Amino acid sequence: MNNQSWWSWDHAAAVFPDLILEGFKITLLATVLGTLIALVLGLVVALVRRSSPALINAPVTWVVEFIRMTPLVVQLVFANLVLSPYFDSTLAIGIWVLGIHYTTYMAEVYRAGIDSVPTGQWEAATALSLPRMRTWRAVVIPQAIRNTLPALGNYAISMFKETPFFVVIYIPELVRVAQDYGAANFRYTEAITLAGLIFLAASYPTSLLIRRLEKKLA
Amino acid sequence: MDGVIGFFQDLGPNLALVGERAPQILEGVLITLAMMILGALLALVISFVFGIAQVVRYKVVRGVARVFVEFFRGTSLVVQLFWLAFVLPQLPYPLGFQLAPLAVGVIALGLNYGAYGAEVVRGSIGSVPTGQYEAISALSLSPARGMFRIVIPQAWALMLPSLSNLWIQLLKGSAIASSVTLYDLFFQVEQLRDRTGTWFAYVFALLAYYLIAWLIVIVMNGLEIRAKHKIGRGPALRDSWRGLFQPPGTTRDGKRSPRVAKNKAEGKAATATGGVPA
Repeated sequence: MNNQSWWSWDHAAAVFPDLILEGFKITLLATVLGTLIALVLGLVVALVRRSSPALINAPVTWVVEFIRMTPLVVQLVFANLVLSPYFDSTLAIGIWVLGIHYTTYMAEVYRAGIDSVPTGQWEAATALSLPRMRTWRAVVIPQAIRNTLPALGNYAISMFKETPFFVVIYIPELVRVAQDYGAANFRYTEAITLAGLIFLAASYPTSLLIRRLEKKLA
Repeated sequence: MDGVIGFFQDLGPNLALVGERAPQILEGVLITLAMMILGALLALVISFVFGIAQVVRYKVVRGVARVFVEFFRGTSLVVQLFWLAFVLPQLPYPLGFQLAPLAVGVIALGLNYGAYGAEVVRGSIGSVPTGQYEAISALSLSPARGMFRIVIPQAWALMLPSLSNLWIQLLKGSAIASSVTLYDLFFQVEQLRDRTGTWFAYVFALLAYYLIAWLIVIVMNGLEIRAKHKIGRGPALRDSWRGLFQPPGTTRDGKRSPRVAKNKAEGKAATATGGVPA
């Protein structure tokens, strides 16, 4: 394996299976579970912020803003140091931190979606004397979520591309696997380039899909 | 829980330690600020060049800009950072060279967030009402003049909230640069941790980043108020200084103001492009 060449197919072939079978698997798992956490908690936060008194609302708002405005990397390392005695796997900590970080973004998306439901819909629900829960469940939330689908999808892609921040807590996702191969073989070119191309190959088609969804719903 | 209790018990001595290590911490803060400002300037240039290149008449230019933007958005910040730090020095003679760690951070942040910013610029230019474009041809202004004198001043006011969000994301992304041997704020805090323990060091780090992020919010709110005032859509900065402290992601006029129609268009521009990075 010649270290002077631009590109060595030997190195590429050696690292590719690990990138896909180990790294990409974990990256994808983290993205899917993180997205689920953010989707559910985001809705909860949006509803709490919308329907609770100022006494609860103010601290919730501040915490959400604090999490959103501080680096994911710092949060990951902090959570890992503090929580590792209570969690079996670093991956679980990483997924929760990622999910909670994006909860703060998705809550904002839901909030905008709820605000975009026309006042007439609320009035109609009142006119039909629907109970409050039913108004939310059957009238407001379905319309709000329809409005927010593209934005939520975009954040899911964004999470996918932020899973490499996991390198700081040594979770063997895509970039960590590439980095480890590079360090072990003194040859980074193929591993890191391929990792980048895998990200591109996965995220670009997805973002095209979301753009189509956006046009369709608009 | 011990950590939380310890945090308050040792608060005094730990703060003294911060004082002791103040020169190093300050240096870290300066490096983070340098990355944040230089990275943002590079990102801003890239955003405008590639944002405008995506709306010009020539198909080839549009195509090249599109590929650039999709490439740097799609390949993840961390990969770009590691590529510049580890792969670039390993390339053979004519191309391979070692960048200084600060340059690695600035270039990676600038390219990545510049690509997102280009989408914001493109989207905002697209959200300027068609009537304005018709006015440009009615006054027979040249396309370039119309772009820089009519469209961009209006688009600028539209894009500022999204650019503000991107800038905060750039600041947050800069924390990863400590893993390519840059001694930034986060690196210095990890050094501090050896002396003060986890809780104090990381709460300190989070607060420090939070305060820096607020600097960005205030600057960008100021620019936004000014931009809106200049195109006749808002009060002057001196009449609305409270707007400077508006948290990001909230509409300045409240939900049920009579200007709701305009806010809707703005919200759309923000969600369709930069408010939501993808």
